[in-house]
Amino acid sequence: MARFLARRLLFACVLVLAVSSAALLLTRLAPGDVTAQLGAFAPREEVERTRARFGLDEGPLAQWGGWLARAARLDFGDSFLYNRPVGPLVLRAAGNTAMLGLTALALATLAGVPLGIFTGSRRGGTLPGLVRAVSLACLSLPPLLTSLAFVFVAARTGWLPAGGMTTPGAADAGWGAWVADVAWHMPLPALALALPVAATLERLQAQSMGEVAGEPFLLAAAARGLSRRRLVLRHAWPVAVRPVCAVYGLVIGALLSGSFIVEYVTAWPGLGRLMYEALVARDIYLVAACAATGGSLLAVGTFVGDVLLVAADPRVREV
Amino acid sequence: MRRAGWVLLALVALAAAGAPWLAPNPPDVRFDDLLYAPPTPVRVLDGGLRAPFVRPLRVVSRVERRFEEADRRVPLRWLTGGTLVTAAPDDGAPLLVLGADGYGRDIFSRLLYGARTTIGLALLATVLASLAGALVGGAAGYAGGWLDGVLSRLSELVLVLPGVYVALALRAVLPLVLPAPVIFAVLLGIFALLGWPIVARGVRAIVLAERERDYVLAARAAGAGPVRLLAVHLLPAAGGHVAAQATLLLPAFILAEATLSYVGLGFPATTPTWGTMLQDAANVALLGDAPWTLVPAVAIFVVVLGVNLAVQGSGRAPVQLDR
Repeated sequence: MARFLARRLLFACVLVLAVSSAALLLTRLAPGDVTAQLGAFAPREEVERTRARFGLDEGPLAQWGGWLARAARLDFGDSFLYNRPVGPLVLRAAGNTAMLGLTALALATLAGVPLGIFTGSRRGGTLPGLVRAVSLACLSLPPLLTSLAFVFVAARTGWLPAGGMTTPGAADAGWGAWVADVAWHMPLPALALALPVAATLERLQAQSMGEVAGEPFLLAAAARGLSRRRLVLRHAWPVAVRPVCAVYGLVIGALLSGSFIVEYVTAWPGLGRLMYEALVARDIYLVAACAATGGSLLAVGTFVGDVLLVAADPRVREV
Repeated sequence: MRRAGWVLLALVALAAAGAPWLAPNPPDVRFDDLLYAPPTPVRVLDGGLRAPFVRPLRVVSRVERRFEEADRRVPLRWLTGGTLVTAAPDDGAPLLVLGADGYGRDIFSRLLYGARTTIGLALLATVLASLAGALVGGAAGYAGGWLDGVLSRLSELVLVLPGVYVALALRAVLPLVLPAPVIFAVLLGIFALLGWPIVARGVRAIVLAERERDYVLAARAAGAGPVRLLAVHLLPAAGGHVAAQATLLLPAFILAEATLSYVGLGFPATTPTWGTMLQDAANVALLGDAPWTLVPAVAIFVVVLGVNLAVQGSGRAPVQLDR
């Protein structure tokens, strides 16, 4: 098992390195550079100075080498758009994205898994049928659609703020007020992100519960006269949860993917938005740092997914 | 349920195919007085039963986007000028079945024409990705050895990346303003690039398992070369898998087009696609008053739901993680 996890860790490091390098080189080779942001009438010296500051006067490979050498000493360069080192910028955005993603993951798990146990352990009935139908509909509602719909509802009713993470000025009132403010802005994007994932988990859990239901060991347990509640929760579910654990790595990737459009639609100041701005402006070091951080988030996510997989299914440990 | 899915998809396909005939107005005509106009009500009662008619809309307040119906009947004209039904667009009384967008263009007409671009692109990309995936997967599974190793690692790498970001990055590093046909080709390429590994992985496994089967050995003994073996014997065995994966790719590509166009990295805003149409819904201040700008989102939902219903119980996992 240690070998399995070590291999995954190595893969994660390679992934982060490859993704950030590719992002840097792609941005460098793209037509146009960050000096376009200075405007068409910028003085020549200023353009030259900017080009030098962002390493655009070197060759692409020389720039990549220099960036790698500096990155090894945790100097990731400056952002042109924000005119400051990219490190703190990206960390803050990644924190916001992680906060959103984790909330969505918790919501999806808390809704999807119990509902899946419920529908999966019943053959028919109105309520399970209803849950199933809602779940099927939600599967066809990707985050782009849910976030647009929720923003529409929020704009129409005013129940929740329609965008942003904080109200301007709320942070001045102290730490507690800031937390309350973020919590007030959180439900809309988190729900938009969580809904399709919750539906996926519900369907998966229901399917695996249905498959486990036919196993002889459950029949034996039922013959011993155990209550239905105990049968479902203590005997069937621990086995049926494995496929759900196995899919968590994928779920985390999907959350990261989906968070881009949710952040864009609801103006959540996360990594996706930052990367979009950086890409369009050709803000080269910011692009590379965003890619590296996104890659790390993904790697951590898949790693957690793998650990869950190992915990849930002993057979993987032998690999 | 499965039949309902197919019916939905067939309706969408018919609507897209019949766009020039079904659209009451050309998709790019602007009715300058009718920005964000609500859907035109079609009436049949006016002091007695009449043939279906509409009333011309007059703008009362441009700022508040308030409109007033004039007290004049404009009968609907059926089967004239090559369209199924229209009102009097030249007379200030266009038939806006689903309202107008921020430029006063007919949302329903744009939706129909947009379906052609959006679904056409997604279908082509699905075909391209499936073909590429089948070929690469087939080659990897058949050849084995270092070729298999390289192709498998490559597809694993693409699979693990979040697709939205890769598409975003690949699109963003090209010139930001491009004509629509070039964008179509670019997006087609990006989508195929992101989609092939999803198909290839399964095809490789199937080909790997099938190539030791008796019927393949028999074909080889009869003198079939690798190309014939793959084309005639091995790849057909993977057909079901390819079809199942294609049903995953199609909605993902429709969504990818919508996402990229929505954030301004897809088609130019003048080209009607479901993604560019959603840009109108990005204005939160107006969204609450003009819910009809969300119609393309409903259309996307209908298509994705149609695909999900149509493939129900066909062995596809219920997992729909758009990566």
